[in-house]
Amino acid sequence: MKELLLVRYGELGLKGDNRADFERALLRHVEWTVRDMPGAFVSRSHGRLYVEGTFDRRLVLERLRKTPGIVAINPALRVDSEIDAVVEASIAASKEAVDKRGFKTFKVEARRGDKRFPLTSPEINRKVGEAVLAANQGLSVDVHSPDFVLTVEVRDTGTYVYWDEVRGPGGLPSGTSGRGLLLLSGGIDSPVAGYLALRRGVKIDALHFWSYPIVGERSKEKVIDLCKALRESGPDLRLYIAHFTDVQSEILEKCPERFRVIVMRRMMMRIACEWASSVSAQAVFTGENVGQVASQTLESLRAIEDVATLPVLRPLICFDKVETVAIARSIGTYDISCLPYEDCCTVFVPRHPVTKPKLEDVRAAESRLDVQSLVAACLKRIEEEDLTAV
Amino acid sequence: MAAPHTAKEIIYMDNSSTTRPAPEVVKAVTSAMEEGWGNPSSLHKLGSKSQAIVRAARQAVARAISADESEVYFTSGGTEANNLAIFGTLRTLPDRKRIITSTVEHPSVMAAYEYLKETGYDVRFIRVDSLGRVDPEEVLREVTPDTALVSIMLVQNEIGTLQPCREIGRGLMSMGGKRPRFHIDAVQGFARLSIDVREWGVDLLSVSAHKIHGPKGVGALYVRKGVSLTPLAFGGGQEKGVRSGTENVPGIAGFGAACALWETDREETMRRLTDLRAKLVDGILGAVPDAVLHGPRREGVAPYIVHFSFPGLRGETILHALEERGVYVSTGSACSSHKDKPSPVVLALGRKEEEALGAIRFSMSRYTTEDDVRITIAALLESLQSLKAWRR
Repeated sequence: MKELLLVRYGELGLKGDNRADFERALLRHVEWTVRDMPGAFVSRSHGRLYVEGTFDRRLVLERLRKTPGIVAINPALRVDSEIDAVVEASIAASKEAVDKRGFKTFKVEARRGDKRFPLTSPEINRKVGEAVLAANQGLSVDVHSPDFVLTVEVRDTGTYVYWDEVRGPGGLPSGTSGRGLLLLSGGIDSPVAGYLALRRGVKIDALHFWSYPIVGERSKEKVIDLCKALRESGPDLRLYIAHFTDVQSEILEKCPERFRVIVMRRMMMRIACEWASSVSAQAVFTGENVGQVASQTLESLRAIEDVATLPVLRPLICFDKVETVAIARSIGTYDISCLPYEDCCTVFVPRHPVTKPKLEDVRAAESRLDVQSLVAACLKRIEEEDLTAV
Repeated sequence: MAAPHTAKEIIYMDNSSTTRPAPEVVKAVTSAMEEGWGNPSSLHKLGSKSQAIVRAARQAVARAISADESEVYFTSGGTEANNLAIFGTLRTLPDRKRIITSTVEHPSVMAAYEYLKETGYDVRFIRVDSLGRVDPEEVLREVTPDTALVSIMLVQNEIGTLQPCREIGRGLMSMGGKRPRFHIDAVQGFARLSIDVREWGVDLLSVSAHKIHGPKGVGALYVRKGVSLTPLAFGGGQEKGVRSGTENVPGIAGFGAACALWETDREETMRRLTDLRAKLVDGILGAVPDAVLHGPRREGVAPYIVHFSFPGLRGETILHALEERGVYVSTGSACSSHKDKPSPVVLALGRKEEEALGAIRFSMSRYTTEDDVRITIAALLESLQSLKAWRR
């Protein structure tokens, strides 16, 4: 009897010719979830992945829960396809369900995929059901709304018994939907936007605008931590740091106060689009959201998009804050985002920012800036941060 | 007096957050770990050696507050000492439901009282004047037979204001009979200010080691003889059952060594710091006309804490600009430095929100020199100049 994790994926099964590529990408990502566990191995068979061997089950489950493309994970027991062994595993699984969750009712759902097995599915149901009842006092059968379903799958690689299920994020495996560049601040929204893009299989790299020394080292460490959290969903995510203080100083000097923020965002967008192109990204992702703060009115979004040379995709555009926060909590970025350090935006917001900028006014407001050379100078100093360092 | 093993380029002006352990402290901690590693409760020689280390430190702490060594109980720090004083008292006096404190206490006291208020206690938060001082008469007027505890800090941790603890304690003493207990959070004043628990009528007093060049993770609670406390942690009965748990011998040894630093030259050091504080305050006020000083300018303030606001700038922005120039400070207090939020302590002085933002606390130690102060002022002026464009 062996403990393992049975990993199920859904949507990518529908993708015809691409299926093999998608499965390979998912396999690679699942292998990444056991990267620090040399005793674990991952295998694939009949549209399932299996994580077996010796590994930290709780940690791997937590990682798989954030792995795009996975629909569900079942912690399962595998035995040889002999009825005595199947019964024994079923009893063990049922006892675990009763112990852990205090369940009172159950039913058995057998699926005989391997027709060499001598018992039919209804016969397995009956036999396993009787044994489980006999082994658990106080447990009874309820075929309509049981507390748990004990699934018994007879396959050519053995028989799998499980009762528990952890939901995965769904979506598409990492790296199967092209490449995008995420504008990552220290806030709550942008990491969630990045996660949603990753969940659709987009290979995401992140760009952070850093106002050192107006802000401290800690604001960068915070962004590094956010990226490490996002890496669970996008293992090859890279982080680029753009030194932004000089651009901001120029804006402070040469632009009217009310237009500071909108001009700053236009500068960020210009730099992001240039950088995205140079790393072969097809689109820029942001955490923007309609009307959440003054700079995110439709007028502001239009004024920002005015300078974009790539599609600007905003996964959170119509989310409510509570929805965003719920996702941030589930992917482990919320607590990091809530650390109180200043970032390039908080130090920059004027008392009365313009909320509904007219495009011609915005263009006029930045007329004294030497946009080209500021963008070029900033691009020159973009650095990749090492996310593997502890 | 030269700073111990301090790199020249760093001017550490954040001593109310924590202090650098003195070389004598490091030595005492190391020696307690290498040689005094026995369990003080053990009956063999190693045990009695550790017990002797703990006892010597206990005596040093007691001397600093004119207490008897039997009245000093070691804890894991100021926060635990405060919590033990508060909850230990309330559990011992379950019929008394009133607590009197101020609006400017440290979070380790404030958070406890907020919690107690929610659970049904009648907590009176006495307001402070524009310099951060409570009126002792007002405190005493609030006392009822139902009052379990009067709890006032000695030195306000953000702005340095000295509270009239002696007056309050004397006033309570004169009430006799069923008077409430008097607790002082003395973390920011201990060892540097003269404290006489008997003369002041103190029942409970919290202190901490790492604010006086001792190690982190160790503090103590003074409990006047005859005052009983219900423990928060039950166990092996260490610290006479008031605080069970094997003693943190290295930390306690370091605490003792830190107390000893101040014993010989406390008054002289304080005189020197008083002079340095005046130079720092005058230097800043003279050069930065719109700087707002929170707390008293001269009298009635701990001579090592200075708190300014620079309206229009963010505290963290100034902090990083000073950091660039090798000067380390904090925004408000390290415990409450939250983005965008003005300090509740500064607001309690009656300041407007704009005046409370852009706050920086400079805090000095026995190793701060006149050069440090001069360089700090220069670095501040340079910083403010460089940040001109960032003002709002």
